[in-house]
Amino acid sequence: MLTGNGAAAWGARLAGIDYLPAFPITPQTEIIETLARWIDSGELDARFVTLESEHSMITAAGAAAAAGVRVFSATSSQGLLYGMEMLYTVAGWRSPFVLVNVSRGLASPITLEPDHNDILAARNSGFLQLHCTTCQEVVDGVLLAYRIAEDKRVRLPVIVNLDGFYLSFTREPVDLPGTDQVARFLPPFDALNQGFRAGIPFNQAVAVLDGSTYSYFRYQAHLAALNAENVLAESADAFAELCGRRYAALEAYRCDDAEVVFVMMGSFATKAKAAVDRLRASGQPVGLLRPFMLRPFPGTAFRKALADKRGVAVIDQNLAPGLGGALYTELAAHLHGQAADTPVLVSFIGGLGGRDISQEEFCEMVNITRQAADVDQPPPPRLLYTASELRAIKKMQTIAMQQGGEQRR
Amino acid sequence: MNESCYKTFKDLPKEHLLGTGTAMCAGCGGLEALHEIYDILGEKTVFINAAGCMTLLSIYPYTPFRGSWLYTSMASAPAGAQGVRDAMDILLAKGRISEAEEMETVVLTGDGAAYGMGLSATSGAIERNLNFFYLCYDNEGYGNTGQQTSGATPHAARTATHSGMHGYPGFKKDLFAIWAAHDPCYVATVVGAEPLDLARKIEQAKSLSGPRLILALAPCPTGWDFAPQETVQIGKLAVQCGVWPLKEYRDGRVVHTQVPKIRVPVEDYLKRQGRFAHLFEPQRNETLLREIQGRIDAYWARVEQEGLLESEDG
Repeated sequence: MLTGNGAAAWGARLAGIDYLPAFPITPQTEIIETLARWIDSGELDARFVTLESEHSMITAAGAAAAAGVRVFSATSSQGLLYGMEMLYTVAGWRSPFVLVNVSRGLASPITLEPDHNDILAARNSGFLQLHCTTCQEVVDGVLLAYRIAEDKRVRLPVIVNLDGFYLSFTREPVDLPGTDQVARFLPPFDALNQGFRAGIPFNQAVAVLDGSTYSYFRYQAHLAALNAENVLAESADAFAELCGRRYAALEAYRCDDAEVVFVMMGSFATKAKAAVDRLRASGQPVGLLRPFMLRPFPGTAFRKALADKRGVAVIDQNLAPGLGGALYTELAAHLHGQAADTPVLVSFIGGLGGRDISQEEFCEMVNITRQAADVDQPPPPRLLYTASELRAIKKMQTIAMQQGGEQRR
Repeated sequence: MNESCYKTFKDLPKEHLLGTGTAMCAGCGGLEALHEIYDILGEKTVFINAAGCMTLLSIYPYTPFRGSWLYTSMASAPAGAQGVRDAMDILLAKGRISEAEEMETVVLTGDGAAYGMGLSATSGAIERNLNFFYLCYDNEGYGNTGQQTSGATPHAARTATHSGMHGYPGFKKDLFAIWAAHDPCYVATVVGAEPLDLARKIEQAKSLSGPRLILALAPCPTGWDFAPQETVQIGKLAVQCGVWPLKEYRDGRVVHTQVPKIRVPVEDYLKRQGRFAHLFEPQRNETLLREIQGRIDAYWARVEQEGLLESEDG
């Protein structure tokens, strides 16, 4: 039994990391504490350093990977945003390393509970992204991430995402791959003769002065990111051979004859799976599509999986004020104009700051999506919230206003 | 510094390691200092650069360096040095590179980053006792963007963002003292116009292991408004008038390495720079000039009082 954080630490340990630059943030701390303990006791032959910020942590991680060692790091939420400048920068360096993000909602208001606004803010940084649903996936995801990141056709850093609390602190049975299995799956880090050595000048991340040169390198990073989908498929085959567990960029759960499918990612997809099972039991043909890989965006896989569906309920655990959900907008953009029979997409926002999504709400989302499919017209995006929640917040507002309200009068 | 191999000017390196034809301005005091420092550090160096003027030294596909280079960001060059140094140590420990392949890690930053945005990362690297060089070329403003006020801008200087009759109302931050308060193994101020003093300090720092911080005053023709051929003279005047004390910190104490016997009046230094022209034209600003001179006199009086004047040789 391992927590999601423990699983992330095990993934790094099995990958035989050389270097762990770190900075603590809830709910990620267990990952770096566990690894630091193993390094202290000699169980893991790596170097640990605490930086003074995530901005510096990402810099050190990228620099060390550029210098030729296998690097792991982890952060969350505000930390990911604090390091945002360097996420873009080190991805541009094409430094292959793995960063775990333990998702947590962003201020304001400040919270410890999860949603995906943090990780999705990094979706255009150049890092590839894997989104985990179980603790098992976290271990396996970290190993797959190293293999993809270090592949010659890719050479990009990868973020492996797990949700705070729901995965980070939840214990689940985890089957740890053996070191011999991992050795066959993940060869030692190959720096491809790059790095900083006396006598071999190596200039990394130099300035460019014109748009043509700049565009060339940006295009290269994009094409490398696109390669990652095939590399994941190959790696997943190799991994399945060794461990018996198979991963795809897009997981389809009971989708074959489904009329309506949920699209969801992260640990809350487990709730969607439970809803699918319940709805199926009551005779409703529903399924779930769950992107394991979000960058590169598995657009072709989505298109194929949705070809014969009537309606799609996209549940975003994130919210771009003034726009809506990221997954919905990306999927809609990708499907637009692709086929005459594109299913109706309905957008739902839920699970912000760890807010639960109940089974009743999943039922209701299917009903709304069905109705939209019947009239071939999507309703405006729905913000999931119940009448009893609204009553509770009104009560809190009354309390909050009591003291201050009287004084201001 | 008894065994310094730099006894006279004749002992200084005869040839420069750093390539020419860079994008720096004519008369750049920062480049002058970098040339001199690089000659002594040698080519087994990897420069970790923070955003600033010198980011334009390496422009794809060219570089003036014989060693290596990594551009990071404005705030995190010391963290880049941490990553590179740690990686090098790991590779050495695991036998993946040889000792002959090892390189010195050198942060190269302007004052904009060093006095402000990068201070936290610098402090962190010192507290972790990172084995690295830290070289700040201090041109007393955000020079690369047109000399806006930075944390290094001196009192009363005119900048692109303080162009009024009184110039910048704030005061230059004492970065040397901030660094020394961390008790690293070495801190020194230098100026390219005093190459012998500079050479001895780099030589000294090179023999040590740990955080070694070099603060180089970088007279800036573009930002300070003087003719490029006057860079050396202005650098010398900065030392002679006492506004730029040449000193070092090691073994827990500060030592002034080159003390002007008679300090020239600071206005000899100020009036040669357009950024201080408003102190003289259209009329002399006696109050401000006295205030600036007074602050320099007070500094040296304190130095004398605290006995920080004698060099190591007594």
